[in-house]
Amino acid sequence: MATKSLKARKNNWSNPAKQLEFLSNGIFAEGELPTFQEKLKNTEAFPLKPKKLEILQINLGYMCNQVCSHCHVDAGPDRKEIMTVQTIQYCLEAIKKSGAHTLDLTGGAPEMNPNFRWFVKEAAKIGVQDFIVRSNLTIIVANKKYHDLPEFFKKYNVHVVSSLPFYKREKTDKQRGKGVFDASIKALKMLNKVGYGKPDSGLVLDLVYNPAGAFLPSGQKAMEQDFKKALWEDFQIEFNQLFAITNLPISRFLEFLIASENYEDYMYALVDAYNPKAVQEVMCRNTLSVSWDGYLYDCDFNQMLALKVASNVQHIKEYNEATLQNRTIITSQHCYGCTAGAGSSCQGSLS
Amino acid sequence: MAKNYYNPSDLRKFSKIKDWNEDLGDKFFTYYEKVFEEGALSAREKSLIALAVSHVVKCPYCIDAYTQDGLRRGITKEEMMEAVHAGAAIESGATLVHGVQMMNKYDKLSM
Repeated sequence: MATKSLKARKNNWSNPAKQLEFLSNGIFAEGELPTFQEKLKNTEAFPLKPKKLEILQINLGYMCNQVCSHCHVDAGPDRKEIMTVQTIQYCLEAIKKSGAHTLDLTGGAPEMNPNFRWFVKEAAKIGVQDFIVRSNLTIIVANKKYHDLPEFFKKYNVHVVSSLPFYKREKTDKQRGKGVFDASIKALKMLNKVGYGKPDSGLVLDLVYNPAGAFLPSGQKAMEQDFKKALWEDFQIEFNQLFAITNLPISRFLEFLIASENYEDYMYALVDAYNPKAVQEVMCRNTLSVSWDGYLYDCDFNQMLALKVASNVQHIKEYNEATLQNRTIITSQHCYGCTAGAGSSCQGSLS
Repeated sequence: MAKNYYNPSDLRKFSKIKDWNEDLGDKFFTYYEKVFEEGALSAREKSLIALAVSHVVKCPYCIDAYTQDGLRRGITKEEMMEAVHAGAAIESGATLVHGVQMMNKYDKLSM
């Protein structure tokens, strides 16, 4: 397993333009499979427009203590992109003006941004009540300064969404790095201890499952039952919901698909599973993504592909919701990942 | 025409069998989908049975399909291998039980 980001390895696939070019060539250029835009047109869903804005998803930086093999952010300890105080202040100003009810903090490991806690406190002061933090779990036990994160989350009633690719050590460690499973279990116990995931505590702990390989997730509910049973029997761990998320063919996962010669089969599987109902619910329609340097994107995946919103307003400091809501959402073949089967989003299945 | 008998990408074209007989093809796929729905057996259990049978009938398409299906359902490799052994045990048992026939015949023919 690689211990450096694609960027640090100077790998070709760290270049968004190369990825987009690859995703438009081959089976799509030759007409073997329809492009995502063609599919939208065929199912009367083009152009894709935003619905009411509900979630501001802010990426606090690409630094992470893990180097997961499927990571669409290409995050890792060697990534130095971190949101500054100035940009956080722009975000706070935008939140005041925004109709969005949820502030969704992601990364990298968002907790590694030195101003993470300050941001949450300031956002709470201006009235944000619905916080989501996308935590990789291991950060909580990575360093003493993070050990009190469960209490901090509890204080602000943060909805914790944590990645745990599987309830078995082998698969988790293979995808996320040696020792990640044991550290994750330890962190989950710490979250449970302060009340997270416990019935009636009001403290929500959801887990994210994503397939450890070139296959799509199936049956979020059945998978949730398996996770609940195994985590309870083996470790007496409780959690609320399981979100099954499809891996999108970009960044490190794209590199894996190509290197393992699974790319074509995977794209066929995504296109075959295209679900017009899922298109109505895709997260880019009710979410705006903000990058560490303040630029605006339709989603975190478009952010990683450097596809800024198609609007006159492209930076958080110029935030104008009415102008932004008039935009057309930018799509490419990676979008098939969100419309396959039951659909996929940062909130799990869509239908 | 390909020079080999099996081509992995042919699995994707399975539904094309309907092109030459839509009625029977539709009936087959409707039946097939119904069989693998949740029932008295769970879809997960049926996936493991399908994996075992795939090996017994030595269908590479089915092995690809039901290994992938198992992964999607979170079936572990230990469960998959046990299912394959269950299939293999029945298959080898089916061979070996004919040994009794051999013994019967041997005894009958011998003085």
